[in-house]
Formats: sequence, C-alpha cells, structure tokens
Amino acid sequence: MALTPQELKARKVALLTALPGVVLDRGDAVPKLIGRHEDFLIVSGLGGVAHDVGSVTGDSAHVFPLSGAMGAPCMVGLGIALAQPKKQVLVVTGDGDLLMNVSALATISVMNPPNLAIVCVDNGHYGETGWQKSHTSLGVDLETIAIGCGIRRTMTVSTAADLAPASRFIREGNSTGFVLLRVKPTEPPHFKRNFDAAYCRERFRRALVG
Amino acid sequence: MDAQVDSKGVSAAAWQHDLYDLLRRHGITQFCYVPDAGHAVLIDRSLADPGAHSIALTTEEEGVALCAGADLGGARAVLLMQSSGVGNCINMLSLIKGGRFPFLTLVSMRGDFGEGNPWQYAMGQATPAVLEAMGVIVLRAERPEEVLDVVGAALTMVFKSGQSVAVLLTQRLIGAKPF
Repeated sequence: MALTPQELKARKVALLTALPGVVLDRGDAVPKLIGRHEDFLIVSGLGGVAHDVGSVTGDSAHVFPLSGAMGAPCMVGLGIALAQPKKQVLVVTGDGDLLMNVSALATISVMNPPNLAIVCVDNGHYGETGWQKSHTSLGVDLETIAIGCGIRRTMTVSTAADLAPASRFIREGNSTGFVLLRVKPTEPPHFKRNFDAAYCRERFRRALVG
Repeated sequence: MDAQVDSKGVSAAAWQHDLYDLLRRHGITQFCYVPDAGHAVLIDRSLADPGAHSIALTTEEEGVALCAGADLGGARAVLLMQSSGVGNCINMLSLIKGGRFPFLTLVSMRGDFGEGNPWQYAMGQATPAVLEAMGVIVLRAERPEEVLDVVGAALTMVFKSGQSVAVLLTQRLIGAKPF
C-alpha cells in the first residue's frame, strides 16, 4: 500500500538523521559537478538523476535520457564512447540503477575508453518507490566495487570542496573515470522529462552525426 | 581453429568466417557477446580485428544497451549470445522498442534440435516467443548454405529499415551438444 505524504516525510526525516556523514544536496552538487554540460554527450538514468540532469541541461539534443530500462545507462555510455572516441561521454546514474547492472563496470573497465566518465548520484535509497533503503545504505560501497572491477580512476565526492576537483576529473584522464557522489536523500529538482525515447534518439543522432 | 566438416561436407568454420566478413562489410564495428561455442569464430575474428571493438559482456542485457549506445554514436553493433541469454535481455529490450533502435542479435540455439542437456529446454523453447513478445523479429538459419542469405536479409531489415531482428542459429546448423 502506498505511503501517505505524512508517512513519507517522516521516513525521510528519519533517513536524514540516520546518515549524518552525508552533507551534500543533489540540487546543488550535481550542477556544480557537471559544470559546462555542453562539454559532454550525456546519458542520464532513470529516477532522480533524470531530474538532476534535466534541470542542468534542459531538454537538449546532446542528452539521451532514460526513464526505464533500469541498469542501462553505463552500457549505453560505453557504446557511444567507443563510437565517438573524440567526444567526452558522461553517464549520470543513480545507486539503484547502477546496482541493477553493476557488473557493467567490469565490462567497461576491460574496454577502458578514456573518453567515458560515470557519475553515480548515490542517495542510498529508491526515492521514486517510497524511499526504501538501497544496498548503499546498508554497507555496499560502489566506489570499492568500481575499483574491484578494475576501473583505474575513481573518487568519492562527499563534501563541497570535492566538487571542483571532481568536475575536472570527469573531463580529463587517460582511462575511464568513476565518481561516487554521495548526497542526502532529498527530492531532486523538478524537471518535466521527455519520455519519447524514439524522438530523443533521432534528435541525438541528428545533432551528432547528421 | 580447425574447420569442422559436417555430414554434407560443408565446412562449419567456413560459413562462420564468411559471416564475419559479411558483418564487417555492412559496417559493424562493435561485436559484443557472452561467449558461446557457436560464436567462437566471430569472437576470435573480432578480437583479432584492429578495425572493430570486441566487447566481452558479463550478461547479455549489457549488450542490448551497448547496441543502443553504438547507434546513438553513429556506429553499428551486433549482440552474439546463446539462447539462454535471451531471457536476460527481456526488460532491456524495452529500450530498443521504445527508442525504435535498430538492433541485430545472432542467437546460437540450445534446447532445440537434439539437445542432450535437459536444463537447456526451458529457455531454448521459449526463445522465439520471448523475442517476439518484446517486438523482435525472429529469423532462423538451419543450414550452412543459407546463413549468409538469412543474416544478409536481417542486416537490411535492421540497418535500412530500423527493425530489431534476431537470427537463430539452430542446433541443426551449429550441432547439438551431446551432454
């Protein structure tokens, strides 16, 4: 049964006090981390990150936004990165989305395209389905998994001071980069998503390859 | 790899080499796969080909998403998998259907003609139905001499007409495993 708004709010307050080490707000941190979004071809995952990215980029041709196919973003990003070695590709995904196909990190590290960076916005919860805890609230560390998969460049961002270095990190380097951005379990900024995947595909391709 | 000669005297490895050349002639540069004996030649050829990316997957659904990404980047990809992997792809195929992505997969069959491992039948027998339920057109190749025709038709359907197509390489073609 769906939670009432009051129950949801109570649950979120309890979550915030349960994660005292997490200080960043996604609405502030994601725009600062991405910086000049036109530097990238962007794949955004479902859930909160679709709103995070959309509020930075608007409904734009250089973004392919996923609103389903959970677990897809990293591999869509790999396909683009291999096809477009001269373009910088940025995948922005959530912790639940990444956990669903976390072994994609193993596949990506083997290929190791230097023009690919993955940002996981980790709020430790499944925000869209009622704020259930995800595995990252229960002891699973996605940066450690990325390292174990062989990703050579990784960092965890948990303070405001980390954001500027992280913004450089996703733009440079000679191997695939992975950033774990730890944020509070708060609502993402509102953005009206484009759900028409066929339209977004056409637009993305037309802008990129004509 | 040594060519295996079947009862009709047709070299199994020969059609597989011709198939790789056909895929490359049609501009495919990303070969992704969960390894299977039925795709061994294609996998080895892609690994040895400096003009192609050879992408070993941990699970087949990764390949569905990779094929979509390749298309977004203006490249062509093929997913090579065994029929048991088709089940792993189901929800990810919503990306192909929703985005109207061109999508080509070559599926080496288990659990059909002469299969000796009972575990393979559930997914093998469900493979065409599962693919069709997700909007993928299913073609079959039964004999070595028809493989290039069938895959050639699939290439036109996928990359000229934007369809998603699976070519089933049946156990009549690739041989049944006796275990």
